[in-house]
Amino acid sequence: MFFDSDLLMSALRALTPILLAALGGALCERAGVFNIGLEGMMLMGCFTAVATSWFTGSPWLGVLAAALAAAAYSLILAVGTVTLRGDAVVLGIAMNLLAVGLTSFLLRTIFGVQGTFDDPSLAGLPLVGGFSPLAYLAWAAVGVSALLLSRHVWGLRLRGVGEAPDAAATLGVSPARYKYAAVLLSGVLCGLAGAQLALGNVTLFSENMTAGRGWIAVVAVMLGRALPLGVLLAALLFGLAEAAGFRLQGLGMPQQATDAAPYVVTLVALFLSTAQRRRRNARTTGVAS
Amino acid sequence: MTRRPSDTPAAAGGVPDGTPAAGAGPTAAGGSLPPALGGLPPAVELRGITKRFPGTLANDSVDLTVRRGEIHALMGENGAGKSTLMSVLYGMERPDAGSIRIDGVEVSFGSPSAAMAAGLGMVHQSFKLFDSLTVAENVVYRAEPRRFGLVDRAAARRRVRELAAEHGLAVDPDARVGELPVGLRQRVEILKLLHRGARTLILDEPTAVLTPAEADALFVVLRSLTARGRTVILVTHKLREVLEGSDNVTVLRDGRVVARLRTADTSGAGIATAMTGRAVELDRVFPPGTPGDVVLDVEGLSTAGVHDVRLSVRAGEIVGIAGVAGNGQSELVETLAGLRPAAAGRVVLRGEDITNASATERRAKGLAYVPEDRHAVGTAPAASVADNLAMGHHRTTLSSRHGLLPPSAVRSHARDLVERFGIKASTPDVPASALSGGNLQKLLIGRELAHAAPLLLVEQPTRGVDIGAIQAIHDELIAYRDAGHAVLLVSAELSEIRGLADRVLVMYEGRVTATYDRSDASEATLGLAMAGGAERSADPAASVGAPARTTAAAPLDTPAPDGD
Repeated sequence: MFFDSDLLMSALRALTPILLAALGGALCERAGVFNIGLEGMMLMGCFTAVATSWFTGSPWLGVLAAALAAAAYSLILAVGTVTLRGDAVVLGIAMNLLAVGLTSFLLRTIFGVQGTFDDPSLAGLPLVGGFSPLAYLAWAAVGVSALLLSRHVWGLRLRGVGEAPDAAATLGVSPARYKYAAVLLSGVLCGLAGAQLALGNVTLFSENMTAGRGWIAVVAVMLGRALPLGVLLAALLFGLAEAAGFRLQGLGMPQQATDAAPYVVTLVALFLSTAQRRRRNARTTGVAS
Repeated sequence: MTRRPSDTPAAAGGVPDGTPAAGAGPTAAGGSLPPALGGLPPAVELRGITKRFPGTLANDSVDLTVRRGEIHALMGENGAGKSTLMSVLYGMERPDAGSIRIDGVEVSFGSPSAAMAAGLGMVHQSFKLFDSLTVAENVVYRAEPRRFGLVDRAAARRRVRELAAEHGLAVDPDARVGELPVGLRQRVEILKLLHRGARTLILDEPTAVLTPAEADALFVVLRSLTARGRTVILVTHKLREVLEGSDNVTVLRDGRVVARLRTADTSGAGIATAMTGRAVELDRVFPPGTPGDVVLDVEGLSTAGVHDVRLSVRAGEIVGIAGVAGNGQSELVETLAGLRPAAAGRVVLRGEDITNASATERRAKGLAYVPEDRHAVGTAPAASVADNLAMGHHRTTLSSRHGLLPPSAVRSHARDLVERFGIKASTPDVPASALSGGNLQKLLIGRELAHAAPLLLVEQPTRGVDIGAIQAIHDELIAYRDAGHAVLLVSAELSEIRGLADRVLVMYEGRVTATYDRSDASEATLGLAMAGGAERSADPAASVGAPARTTAAAPLDTPAPDGD
């Protein structure tokens, strides 16, 4: 059988990095910062996690360092868009490009290798009940961020800031502070996503190993309308696509085709959701209420 | 479990209970003040406020005294310094000189939050609301009742209901603000301030977006607020509501106070003269035109937001479309102008079917258009006055062979129009964005009138424009009509419609629900029709917004607020 519990398990494993990054993206979206730098932040997390784990022997320190490094890296976006009022799209793309170059450069200077750093003594994350501890963290983060956004005072203010920063400011809420907080949190989450990718899904670092997962997370934010549960569903869709790709590969399909599965799903999902939204908009303007 | 506004019934007496207000009220700070008996200090006292911006003296030693419990109108034309004065009072601008006293205590606000903490609250002209949040969330934002760190939604709802019941501001706490009509959004703004314990409310042009019935309802609410000891400062340029609703009037002109009047002792003409510095004739009604052949004929036109509209405009007549903003007028005019496709129906211009013609073709066939949004649609703000005046004419009078525009022709064209329409621009080379609102509007109207097209579509020709410019624009439109052109005029200003239009159509929810000859179009009749009152045809779809409309229209039956 093609769809079985194994496929679901591998889908759940595949979705963790996307889910973590997408939750970060959703927080930014809610705060009114369009964050397309998830990919770069995640890649910084991958490298930092591997390097720290290698030099300290502790994957946990690797996770911690990845979160901190990606958060620090996210400051580029926070300072650039909030303080300097730069364009979030340009900054995000620059961050993604810079991360590829920077991690490849560091790979060469620190490890003296090109392409992939892979060593049997590199410590990865242990499995607990078949999943990485970060997977559980990601699921918990869905609930926590849902509660935070919908019910907590901080979440209410954050949503207000994202919706109408002027209105928030007149009431004495500083939009800048909330935007900084959202971007930094997304950095932490992307760092964790990177750590999961490099020390959980596999135990190695290779150049540009995120391979578009950060972009898929951006799409998951859009599909999930920046709602944590929506983001979870979208990430699950991509996890399934990735797992199905592996399965198809096992059935003899060429790897180039199966690797494309998540991206094809992304395109189809985006297309369908835009079409649906357009229909709905047409309906509401038709009523003209 | 610290603050639960619903636990403090004292809030009814105006005790601030929101987070920013706690303990910051002047009563707490001014311990040395004698308990006021009879001689209450003024709610707001501005002395010698001076504020300079590069190139202008926005406020020149302005004094303003607002007594507790009154509705005080602050009047003046655009650029008279009203907004600057209120920005200074509300902590958005620092004055260069002068002092501010609230309830007798001298204050200096560094931010609106500080002003709010002292019991001030402002409803901005463009509302500062969160559309995707609920009414309750908007009201309690930044002063949330909490339970275990979470927003106590039940308490927030209760708080909204209490405040609403106390002041007659009925609104559903769970409704999304973005889905509410404008009148209700304004209530949310007021509730927001009351929740924060505001004792003095500043309303900036509050009726600009309301139907006459909604405006009446607003004044009933304001009266109930002042009856409970709150104070209202009304920033406006509308004479009628000042005369009907205020106790005292302060008039600003060119940054200075030019008149302080008791409303009961004054007249509209007196205030208008003070505002403009010369005698003005208000609400002029022009003699009717002499209609000729049909120029525009519209049959069963429908598009998104417009349903089955039928109308015709003849040469030498102005047809006015009245209605509250958002009832399909913009969509209708955009469809006529060729900016939106028609879904059904027929549009005939001088005998030619133009239903599917492009905007360019329509203009070539004799249509000129003054859009509602003069900044985004009507002009190119970064381009020069001369270039803006040339737009549209580049196809006709200004075009030369090879598609080049001779600069000399553009300049002389600009000079002609600048002079003919009294556009105040230092040179035709300054960018259009440097013009004041009234001058930009004159530019736009002048440019379109210069086409001498048989049909002119004109939307909100005098919105946000000074009295002086309004008169000039009205004179131009009448002259255009008398020259035998057809004009379709869309306006939210009833006095404008009644003064200019030969026939009046009322649009409500995308339909033309009523048609009146000018003589039958009384303010009350039009107001009722604009609020949906003319639509008695049992349209089931009309019941959607019914509760809102009933509450808004209800105060029509209550006596008008007395003027003392």
